[in-house]
Amino acid sequence: MEKTADPTVSAARYARRRALPRRLPVLTTLCGLLLLAGCAGDAPSALNPGGAGATRVAGLWWLLFWISVAVFAEVMALLVWALVFRRGNARVRHGQPLRFVTIAGAGLPFVILVAVYGVGLRDLAALGDGPGPDAPTVEVTGHKWWWEVRYQGASGATANEIHIPVGERVKVRLRTDDVLHSFWVPQLMPKTDLIAGETRETWLRAERAGSYRGQCAEYCGTQHAHMAFLVVAQPRTDFDAWLARLDAPAREPRTDAERRGQQAFVQGTCAACHAVRGTGAAGRVGPDLSNVGSRWSLGAGAVPNDAGHLGGWIANTQTVKPGNAMPPQPVDAAQLPDLIAYLRSLE
Amino acid sequence: MSTTTTPPPGVSEQDLARLAEHWGERPSLRGWFSTVDHKKIGRRYLVTAGFFFVLAGLSALVMRTQLARPEAGVVSPQEYNQLFSMHGTAMIFLFATPMLFGFGNFLVPLMIGARDMAFPRLNAFGYWVFLFAGLFMWASLPFGAAPNNGWFAYVPLSGEQHNPGLHMDVYALGLLFLGISTTAASINFIVTALKLRAPGMSLNRVPLFVWAIVATAFMVIFALPALNVDNAMLFLDRRFGTHFFDPSGGGNVLLWQHLFWIFGHPDVYIIVMPALGIVSAVLPAFTRRGVVGYPLIVLSIVSIAIISFGVWVHHMFATGLPQLSYSFFSAASTIITIPSGIQIFAWLATMLLGRLVLRVPLLYVIGFVVTFVLGGFTGAMFALTAFDQQVTDSYFVVAHFHYVLIGGAVFPMLAGIYYWLPKITGRMYHERLGRWAFWLVFAGMHVTFFPMHLYGLFGMPRRVYTYRSEPGWDGWNLVSTVGSYLLAVGLLLVLVGVVHALRRGRPAPPDPWEGDSLEWATASPPEPYNFPVLPRVHSLHPAWDERTAESVRAGATADRILSDGRRTLVTSELDAHPERAVQMPESTLMPLVLAGALLVFFTSMLFAWYPVAAVAALAVAATIAVWLWPSRRPDEELGVSG
Repeated sequence: MEKTADPTVSAARYARRRALPRRLPVLTTLCGLLLLAGCAGDAPSALNPGGAGATRVAGLWWLLFWISVAVFAEVMALLVWALVFRRGNARVRHGQPLRFVTIAGAGLPFVILVAVYGVGLRDLAALGDGPGPDAPTVEVTGHKWWWEVRYQGASGATANEIHIPVGERVKVRLRTDDVLHSFWVPQLMPKTDLIAGETRETWLRAERAGSYRGQCAEYCGTQHAHMAFLVVAQPRTDFDAWLARLDAPAREPRTDAERRGQQAFVQGTCAACHAVRGTGAAGRVGPDLSNVGSRWSLGAGAVPNDAGHLGGWIANTQTVKPGNAMPPQPVDAAQLPDLIAYLRSLE
Repeated sequence: MSTTTTPPPGVSEQDLARLAEHWGERPSLRGWFSTVDHKKIGRRYLVTAGFFFVLAGLSALVMRTQLARPEAGVVSPQEYNQLFSMHGTAMIFLFATPMLFGFGNFLVPLMIGARDMAFPRLNAFGYWVFLFAGLFMWASLPFGAAPNNGWFAYVPLSGEQHNPGLHMDVYALGLLFLGISTTAASINFIVTALKLRAPGMSLNRVPLFVWAIVATAFMVIFALPALNVDNAMLFLDRRFGTHFFDPSGGGNVLLWQHLFWIFGHPDVYIIVMPALGIVSAVLPAFTRRGVVGYPLIVLSIVSIAIISFGVWVHHMFATGLPQLSYSFFSAASTIITIPSGIQIFAWLATMLLGRLVLRVPLLYVIGFVVTFVLGGFTGAMFALTAFDQQVTDSYFVVAHFHYVLIGGAVFPMLAGIYYWLPKITGRMYHERLGRWAFWLVFAGMHVTFFPMHLYGLFGMPRRVYTYRSEPGWDGWNLVSTVGSYLLAVGLLLVLVGVVHALRRGRPAPPDPWEGDSLEWATASPPEPYNFPVLPRVHSLHPAWDERTAESVRAGATADRILSDGRRTLVTSELDAHPERAVQMPESTLMPLVLAGALLVFFTSMLFAWYPVAAVAALAVAATIAVWLWPSRRPDEELGVSG
């Protein structure tokens, strides 16, 4: 407990408190290191861009980052100066350095902000500079909680996976079937919201082949966490081949198990909600499953796409992704392996 | 606990006894419920807001525990969504604003040398409504019926079709109910600060904290109607099938967002501005000099209040509005950082010229500068549309606004708690305990929220109850969770410190810090009548001004003691020239009764008991009629001296 109410404390205690100014620079250095260390890793990082839009924004970020570091250093220097030299016996000065406050607090920031605003405006214009009318167009519809993907000029559909040709600007037309969602591929393009009752447009351009993770960024309810997708950038010929397969009927079953699985699928409850091209199943409520075997995940990024997870998913999706629209299925144990075999064969 | 006041020269024992009789309440249960004393109401605001802060903080700890590792099952998605919604809603509406209004309630009359707020009964009413509305909302959580759509409640997800049940009805009705309290308090602050200032406290001598509170009150009055209209429309859409937000019926989903952010962005400043006022109030005592650039800071407060109404679209940069509107709102959002910059440099200049006394309140001010400046940088980044589109709705934005709100509001509040604790309770706090708490809070805050910048940039969206491990977000999330526990321990130590002060704290003298404003010129805690002699102000720092002390000694004439009733002085708006003495209302149960009737009304609306709601509405009207029935003595014109 304090002994006196007098806020001036003894010289010895002041000396001990000198530790503070030495601690502050350590703290800031640490923060900087954390930031740099973070650039590595396998995250779908906006700082590791793979496409034109995200590259622009990453450039803007580094500009802003270094300006912030410089200004922060200035503020910290003033603070440390005050802590080191303005304690103990420091004589209080009663001036009103209005010029200092105006220049450091308003003048300099104004100049910096106007310049940065100019750069920001240029980058905004660049992001708005979409592809021409002949560009390939993919139509993406947001659902609670998955992405329906269709291509203009193609009849087939897929889900949670968007294929694009490398090095080309692809137009993305965004709609939502229910609530708001937001389309975000950090390594390729900033967000565009999907607005109920309206259509929005954005575009993607990947500079190198590969897979880029995207995710819904606007809170959309119970399973907002599991509404991821993948953008697969591939050479033009591979893309064309992929797109051609999207129009063709799904692969026919080859084994007896697959055939039994197909029969169970088409005649059972599955077909009420799901479609498989070239069969009687034409449901539009859930994702089109014509190429489900080749997809990177189940449940829009909820679990890996392998036989075990698929079985669990069919039996009861609610344990995997609680709240999604697919009720637990009354599949009998004998049918389940056949269904798994059939769905795994759809590539 | 109150220190006995020895009468100042010129004031007789009888004067003091009469003042105590007019202003005090009987220490009974009825007295407790009927008090209209601004100091008690201020304390209640602080304690109640602190209680809601603990609840919202515990929600956050559960969330951080769930997010400590990928695919954890601590809570279900439905529970998590209610937790983050209640966390945000409560922190903004039930903690930040009421806490600062609590400071305002306790301090504004003391700082301007008045005996109470302008409308003491309205003040008590505001508190009861705040308490009831807060309980109304929190009560839904144990039943699993709490708001589950974020504090922003975007349609269509918050509409009846996608969100059946009571969740969003609780939200809409709760905020409408609470809005009554916030509006009442704001009107009261404005009138109090304009009409009840001590003689001589012209506008250029008003303490910066009071300026901040008044500007905030104006912002509330202009911003809150947008939120109220939004919630009224949401409730009508949900309950009565209107189509304000339903595109299939000709409505528009973006209408919700526009109205919400027309309120929501000024609200950020509604929270931060009084906190900045606390910084300006705390600094003089610990730098031994007045804050540099008083006129610049006032200018900055007023310009923030105005510009904050022109920036709401920067919350909607990803909705696909036309680029031209983006560039306008981007410019406004960029430029609003400048007034804050002016204040930061004014405080730095104050510290560079003064003599620093490094007690706990100053530690928090320094922690505030470091943290708020970092939050300011990311704020300026968000003003640039292209960058905003990349990081909005990611954890980067979570990092940003926690830097602004914890750094910019909670740190100043903590500075204020330690600074004014002796005045509020009459007890000194424990310095070493306070320091431990500070370092834990400071470190915990940065360990929790700094990594969020990183995993936000690495693509982790916010408002997710879980995540997969492949994207590589798990390590940083664990760091955040550890930090949140540090922060919680620090805040717990703050609470321990307050309890310790109340139980064991050394009795505080009237002015332990040599503060510069008028609250230090009276007892700790102040007597119910605040000042035996209403002071006369001669400068910006009245408590440092020998002439003010002199005026209390020499000028103790009847027109400044006003001991013949529950009375205070009314002065002119600009120059604070004495106009008349007004009779202030007595303690009454009416505020509690009216707030109770409103609680019945909103509860019966929630459960769709419309006949009960109709009866409650009638009761509300009847209570107001009884309350406002003319019964006051006419005011007395004063031939005031000097």
